[in-house]
Amino acid sequence: MYAPHTERDVEQMLQAIGVASLDELLAVPEEIALKEKLNVVPALPEYLIQRRFDQLAKANDGVEYRSFLGAGSYRHYVPPAIAALAMRGEFLTAYTPYQAEVSQGYLQAIYEWQTYICLLTGMDLADASVYDGATALAEAAIMALGATGRHKILVSRAIHPNYRAVLRTYCDGLDVAVDEVPFTGDGVTDYRLAAEMLATKEYAAIAIQSPNFLGNVEEPSPDLTHAASASGAIPIGVVAEALALAALAPPATWGAQIVAGEAQSFGVAMAYGGPYVGFIAATERHMRRIPGRLVGKTVDNSGRTAYVLTLQAREQHIRRERATSNICTNQAHCALIATIYLALLGQTGLRDAAALNLARSRELASAVANVSGIRLPYAAPFFNEFVADVGRPAGEVLAALRERRILGGIDLGRFYSELDSCILMTATELTTTGDIDALAHALAEILRVPVHA
Amino acid sequence: MLEAAGVPLIFESGQEGRANRYFERGKPLENFLPPRVLRDELPLPDNSELDVVRHFTQLSQRTFGIDLGFYPLGSCTMKYNPRVNDAVATRREFADLHPYTPDDLAQGALAVMYELERSLSSLFGMTAFSLNPSAGAHAELGALLIAKKYFKERGETRRDKVIVPDTAHGTNPASAAMCGFKVISMPSNARGRVSVEEIRKVAGDDTAVCMMTNPNTLGLFEEEIAAITAAVHEAGGLMYYDGANANAIMGYARPGDMGFDLMHLNTHKTFTIPHGGGGAGHGPLGVAAHLVDYLPTPVVVRDESGFRLEFDRPKSIGPMRSFWSNFAHAVRALAYLYANGSEGLKRVSQLAVLNANYLRVKIAAFLETPYPEVCRHEFVASAQRLKKENGVRALDLAKALLDYGYMAPTMYFPLLVPECLMIEPTETESKETLDGFAQALETIVDRARKDPAALFDAPTTTVVGRVDETRAARQPDLRWRP
Repeated sequence: MYAPHTERDVEQMLQAIGVASLDELLAVPEEIALKEKLNVVPALPEYLIQRRFDQLAKANDGVEYRSFLGAGSYRHYVPPAIAALAMRGEFLTAYTPYQAEVSQGYLQAIYEWQTYICLLTGMDLADASVYDGATALAEAAIMALGATGRHKILVSRAIHPNYRAVLRTYCDGLDVAVDEVPFTGDGVTDYRLAAEMLATKEYAAIAIQSPNFLGNVEEPSPDLTHAASASGAIPIGVVAEALALAALAPPATWGAQIVAGEAQSFGVAMAYGGPYVGFIAATERHMRRIPGRLVGKTVDNSGRTAYVLTLQAREQHIRRERATSNICTNQAHCALIATIYLALLGQTGLRDAAALNLARSRELASAVANVSGIRLPYAAPFFNEFVADVGRPAGEVLAALRERRILGGIDLGRFYSELDSCILMTATELTTTGDIDALAHALAEILRVPVHA
Repeated sequence: MLEAAGVPLIFESGQEGRANRYFERGKPLENFLPPRVLRDELPLPDNSELDVVRHFTQLSQRTFGIDLGFYPLGSCTMKYNPRVNDAVATRREFADLHPYTPDDLAQGALAVMYELERSLSSLFGMTAFSLNPSAGAHAELGALLIAKKYFKERGETRRDKVIVPDTAHGTNPASAAMCGFKVISMPSNARGRVSVEEIRKVAGDDTAVCMMTNPNTLGLFEEEIAAITAAVHEAGGLMYYDGANANAIMGYARPGDMGFDLMHLNTHKTFTIPHGGGGAGHGPLGVAAHLVDYLPTPVVVRDESGFRLEFDRPKSIGPMRSFWSNFAHAVRALAYLYANGSEGLKRVSQLAVLNANYLRVKIAAFLETPYPEVCRHEFVASAQRLKKENGVRALDLAKALLDYGYMAPTMYFPLLVPECLMIEPTETESKETLDGFAQALETIVDRARKDPAALFDAPTTTVVGRVDETRAARQPDLRWRP
């Protein structure tokens, strides 16, 4: 219960208030008073809580398997210094830094996070975080709707399927249509078709993810950039694997004015899906439309450098229904973790990590491609994940791998029916040669058996 | 001395090549990718691990959290965050579990979500909860999307209004606007409550949802709640319960029994998940039976073969986030439920309300409390008279409290109370702590009467003095530049 009250405290306090009992204090009208017995998990002493969660934790055999899963959640090395710092009680048990004078540390950390995101994305400004990559895309789309006054969004079909689904959830509420541009046989967005669709001048934005969900690096053509600009649509760059930013040209290169992404790769645990940390970065002209908290640098009453939440006139607690977003609680603690990660690695460490991801994923790709019956359908450059076509239902192959304690990747048929023989495979710096050999060996064994008629 | 100098930005220290050896030196990136897709530069500083550890340790020392002192921030439920919650949530078998792990290999994680969902449904009288939304405001959005879809399917598209009392949280109207609803603001009556007569006047065939919190942000219980929900239902609308204040009712009343159709919880408030400087949160979204099919996907279900995530739900509003839930927080919330059980949770609400009333009575001796009656988990005080007589505002009192080692209460909210201080002590604070806080506030009020000017400079013992917010907004400096 974690409450310190003795019976004597309770009596004295009731007396001071002038009521006879706790029930009198908490009384509610009879018609709504609780009558039935509650069915909540039983109370346990702390050592038995640990024992219960020991049982629950050990019922997740998946963590013991060799894993080639990625697709928006990545297993990367996390230096122990991160937990030692981020789990300090001052950070952990603070709330939104409304009182700047006693929150300078956290405010400065968020200002540093905003800066890191700008440096990585090539944008002018970034917010203090949003929930995750998918909601970042949805919030970016809302920014574009507001900036253009239009009611349609154009997205590449090679954007993470969950991100597109969340975007649709948000857009349904706003009666906004979401149209998709297909990807070509090369596994990248059909830029020509996108340019044609933009020519209708109906779209508020065009969103493209790189590396895209198929792992491929997108290289939007200058024609597409021109088409977006001529149509008045705002180009949005989407990033699901933030570590790729350490190697790849930032989305600003092809004209993105807003970058929406996920920074889980920067030291945040996969944790079965959350909490993660989304970011939104943008060019200067979108400053007053950016959602969520922003930290600014200013001075105190004696001229000393100080940090504070700023431009709050955009926000829900001031503007209520006229706010740019309803976001209040964000992902500050995950943003802090990512900031510490970036500070520890620096440019050298980030480049090393990127190089290792590139090396291991190429090692994996060539081992898999050598297995008879497997084909790598795309030739585009990739970062740490790629598509392997196994020539038969991917679900069956993955199930057979599972029997060998291997999570071989994502069955792409789940998201794209025409890719039902394709697996999205990921290798990071933590993937070992042993893992790769085991997968290649298992695949060879599985594919040697002919498909059942 | 250190304080005056401040902590330099991480970008102002370090030397290129002063790298930590987390990895072996990688090959040049040109070995793997064509130069046209590579970035030109990566202008991030290289710092030693020691320098980074010192930097963030110093930043932590310039940050106030519950672990340092009393944090009576109204409507935020800043209670103690038990460390056992973190110990179980950060276990390797949870932390390293990939969201696309097949269901049969993630049964423990799914069991956590299932147990939490079932417990919350019983505790708050709802048919089912979704653990999808990431925070309270996110769940509000989900609930309004459900309402929109529900009415659309019933052919009641003219229902485009959402009723929001002035005692509601600011996120309520902002969430309504994100679903294209028009917001009808409803003033509360002289007793700080929503009156059923006013609701009857406003509710009609264009009403989609009425959003309320009970107890409301004045800390007052809406006794007419059953009549209010009945009136809205009679008009064909849905009732939404903002669970930010759920810490006041556990074991005594349930939103489901009050007649609410939809609700959210902030498990980071009621169930002791660390607020982490403003998140991550966790906002389970609960619904009554007629709205279960609309919940965001996926939903955890249990059948003969065990637990699984169900995605194929044709009436669902769809997913609201990249992956299933802020799962690590679901672990923490469940650990807290295990620490309490239903009797313990009832005790939590009892002591939260006891603490709030005890503090209310103490503070009423020297500061206006505009609603002088039994409150629930929080209450409001006002510096209006002090402002009139001595020129000292709620802001000045709040800033002075920082000098005494306390976090300031929520200020200037709810908006209907002038010079408002909204105070929520929570149940984890001792009588001694409450006595100390009341004593400090009394001293400050006393100073305000005798020497008001002295308070205008508060705080004076913090690492910086009052911050120039106007300059921050007029000349936005939102990042460091090389």
